[in-house]
Amino acid sequence: MTDASMDNPTPARSRSLSQTDPNTRRRNAAERRFRAYGMAAILVGLFFLTVLFVSIVRSGLPAFTRTVVTVDFTLTQEQMDAAESELFKTKAYSNLFIASLQEQLQQRGMTVEFDEAAIERLLGKVGGTLRAHYQANPDELSQPVAFELAASSRVDGYFKGRVQRETLQDSRFLQLSDLDLVDALEEAGIIKQAFSWAFITGADSGVDNPGGAGIGASVVGSFFMMLVVLVLSLPIGVAASIYLEEFAPQNRFTDLIEVNISNLAAVPSIVFGILGLAVFIQFMHLPQSAPLVGGLVLSLMTLPTIIISTRASLKAVPPSIRDAALGVGASKMQAVFHHVLPLAAPGILTGTIIGLAQALGETAPLLLIGMVGFVARGYPEGFVEGFTEPNSAMPAQIYTWAARADVSFYEKAWGGIIILLAFLLTMNIIAIILRRRFERRW
Amino acid sequence: MPLFWLILIVLVIAAVGYMLGRSRALANAGGDSRELHSLPSYYGWNVALKAMVPTFGLLIVWLLAQPLYVNSVISGMIPDSAIDDGSSRGLVMAEVRRAATGLDNAVAQGLMDEDFARNARADFTDVTQRLKDAGQIVTAEVTQTVLRAAQRYRIVNSTGYLIMSIAAIVVALAGTLFALRETRALFRARNVVEFGIHALLVAAASIAILTTVGIVLSLVFNTWEFFRLYPASDFFFGLNWAPSFSGRGGSSDLGVLPLLWGTFYISIVALAVAVPIGLFAAIYLSEYASPRVRSVAKPLLEILAGIPTIVYGLFALLTVGPLLLKVFGDDGLGWMQAGTAVMTAGLVMGIMLIPFVSSLSDDIINAVPQAMRDGSYGLGATQSETIRQVVIPAALPGIVGAILLAASRAIGETMIVVLGAGAAARLSLNPFEAMTTVTAKIVSQLTGDADFASPEALVAFALGMTLFVLTLGLNIIALYIVRKYREQYE
Repeated sequence: MTDASMDNPTPARSRSLSQTDPNTRRRNAAERRFRAYGMAAILVGLFFLTVLFVSIVRSGLPAFTRTVVTVDFTLTQEQMDAAESELFKTKAYSNLFIASLQEQLQQRGMTVEFDEAAIERLLGKVGGTLRAHYQANPDELSQPVAFELAASSRVDGYFKGRVQRETLQDSRFLQLSDLDLVDALEEAGIIKQAFSWAFITGADSGVDNPGGAGIGASVVGSFFMMLVVLVLSLPIGVAASIYLEEFAPQNRFTDLIEVNISNLAAVPSIVFGILGLAVFIQFMHLPQSAPLVGGLVLSLMTLPTIIISTRASLKAVPPSIRDAALGVGASKMQAVFHHVLPLAAPGILTGTIIGLAQALGETAPLLLIGMVGFVARGYPEGFVEGFTEPNSAMPAQIYTWAARADVSFYEKAWGGIIILLAFLLTMNIIAIILRRRFERRW
Repeated sequence: MPLFWLILIVLVIAAVGYMLGRSRALANAGGDSRELHSLPSYYGWNVALKAMVPTFGLLIVWLLAQPLYVNSVISGMIPDSAIDDGSSRGLVMAEVRRAATGLDNAVAQGLMDEDFARNARADFTDVTQRLKDAGQIVTAEVTQTVLRAAQRYRIVNSTGYLIMSIAAIVVALAGTLFALRETRALFRARNVVEFGIHALLVAAASIAILTTVGIVLSLVFNTWEFFRLYPASDFFFGLNWAPSFSGRGGSSDLGVLPLLWGTFYISIVALAVAVPIGLFAAIYLSEYASPRVRSVAKPLLEILAGIPTIVYGLFALLTVGPLLLKVFGDDGLGWMQAGTAVMTAGLVMGIMLIPFVSSLSDDIINAVPQAMRDGSYGLGATQSETIRQVVIPAALPGIVGAILLAASRAIGETMIVVLGAGAAARLSLNPFEAMTTVTAKIVSQLTGDADFASPEALVAFALGMTLFVLTLGLNIIALYIVRKYREQYE
């Protein structure tokens, strides 16, 4: 003991372990606070995830339904002849339709006044549809045919809450009295919401027809793009990884490749779009908006991802496999291609699927090579045309819809996102299953 | 598409060559494969490779070189007098190409016969009309020079493709024959094939270099072109961004500073959201969470990283923007005019970056040796004191690297800002105002109607160059820091 402590004896505090002093309490509180911050951070992250998914599902699901009017309609030969002999043929058909509709309402004991103009606002040109149907199928005359007619996008909006009764202003598209008719038809079970296959299988429509827009054509476009990505980036990526992992000597050239790959993995995707525009379209004059060009650009983008994952799975194959192959007289090339590569295949496949999923959702490069602004009105005509004819792709289609002025397209964009996410989810689940099923731990 | 068939033909030649080579080697050995130097299939592969590799090499080189050659021939045909004031040779050449495509389409649709397409020189309004009928947009009446050049363009091109097809088939056949001739029982086929495969592997690995070279060249050339039309000092130091939309140029202000400011402001907001949340999430996951919580929460957070950016863009535009507008807009606090703003884009981008920051920091925190924690506990520190005073300082360089990587992602992000940040370039401090970024302007300048040769379109390449250099710099610094740090504890 030193003199100092002798001179200033600190008074011994009466302390008990069961009684915490203020300092310890303060420190424990800080501990709890810190822990709570961490928990809060996780919860905030998960909260964002939930909000994102809830808003996607809530706004996207209406895109999968459409409002249809189902009417049983019978046309006799005499009625058809009479209608055909009139000057305004489609008007005659539509009058017949209205009569039949009125009759069905009366059978259910309801009377609503409506005229031809109201029907046209609700269902478009009914007469033309009927006439075309009976001219194509004359054998269905005199038989009851159940017509399913799509309601106009504003009526659709009324069902989905986009159009409100209180705020509706009479226009040539929809009037307040029409909504009474719609309500009556709904009560009669004639107008209802039905699942819309047209959204999943259809092609994009023009700016003025949100009801008819579908995502099918752009799914096909994305499919052809992914085909290009798969065919190019899988072999090239695997070959590059095999070289770097198994054969490359330690020298400047190898270092250069390594540095390039790690940098390319971090280059913003829009820069790849600029590359595609300058090299593939400006310089090589490949067709704009074609899935081929999109696929080329996305292949270059996906390559680093595939190379990185392939190298990891090649590295995971133990050297004893190579040594054993070399020991029984295989060449280095044979050891790699016959033994190492098959053992690494599940890992390579998983990495490729994840790379493809990334490429599928990528939008920015597609904007620059002209995939946006092109209205994909139909499916490609054949296999080769699928690559070279202009088409859209799923993310580009979603962006196109989001950029249109008409609010009804937003619903389609959200619906498109659900389809896109469904594809991504499927691909990722396949990747996880492959990994669980085939991955070997050495 | 003839190229598709050409490739098929070459593949068939190679397949036939494979069979022939294999059977020839076996025949030479008297049907006994033990007499061969290599396995029989190697003889087949030798032939197939020698048929395919030179042919596809030739095709690639030809396809790259032919447009250059055709362009130089055709642009030599256009006299300087045919180029209007305010136009350029490039513009006229674009017109020629459009006219040539139009002729192709017209022939394909049967509006013209081949002869008419090649020789028509009498009635130009008629030709223009027919081109319009074929769905080809012709800007003005096709002039005599342009039409002649377009006809010549078509002829040169089709002759070129014809020669290419013939050359490709000849090369493929020659390769096959050559390889068949050298096929004998004692021919060292395996060594030859393996050498060839090795070369292909090297070539595949070099694609990464080629891509980088392609990016740099396409950026540098077009940026150079832009700086010839527009002074570089005005681009780098201009405070005003106002491109003229006429496409004729001349009156545009193309200063990059407002765009850079928008980019940085949005990135700062994004990082202000992502870094605290991501960092605390990483700390909780690596230090506090039980294995069960960790195995659930970590993949769930990482879902956020797997969602395509277009989804975030739509989320910003249609969900977050209106929500913020409700709180800060005219009905609420009155700070915000429209849904698209720095805050909207920054917030959503922050959400996107959370898993980026958290995963990287998680790895780095886990790499801090347990002994350091144990030492701290031994001195009586609580867990949070240990984390704050021992673990985080030790992991700090790595965390800074992770944040820099996230920042580089934020700067290069496109879809969120295109949809969520607005289109007006301005230098302002108010985070509730719409601003725009480098990436958003690259998109709008290149997807508009501006002509490719105008400064309004070329500025996108200069912007791309700026972006490329910025993100590359950030990445290199970040990777350097992370690597340096890793070495410390290994």
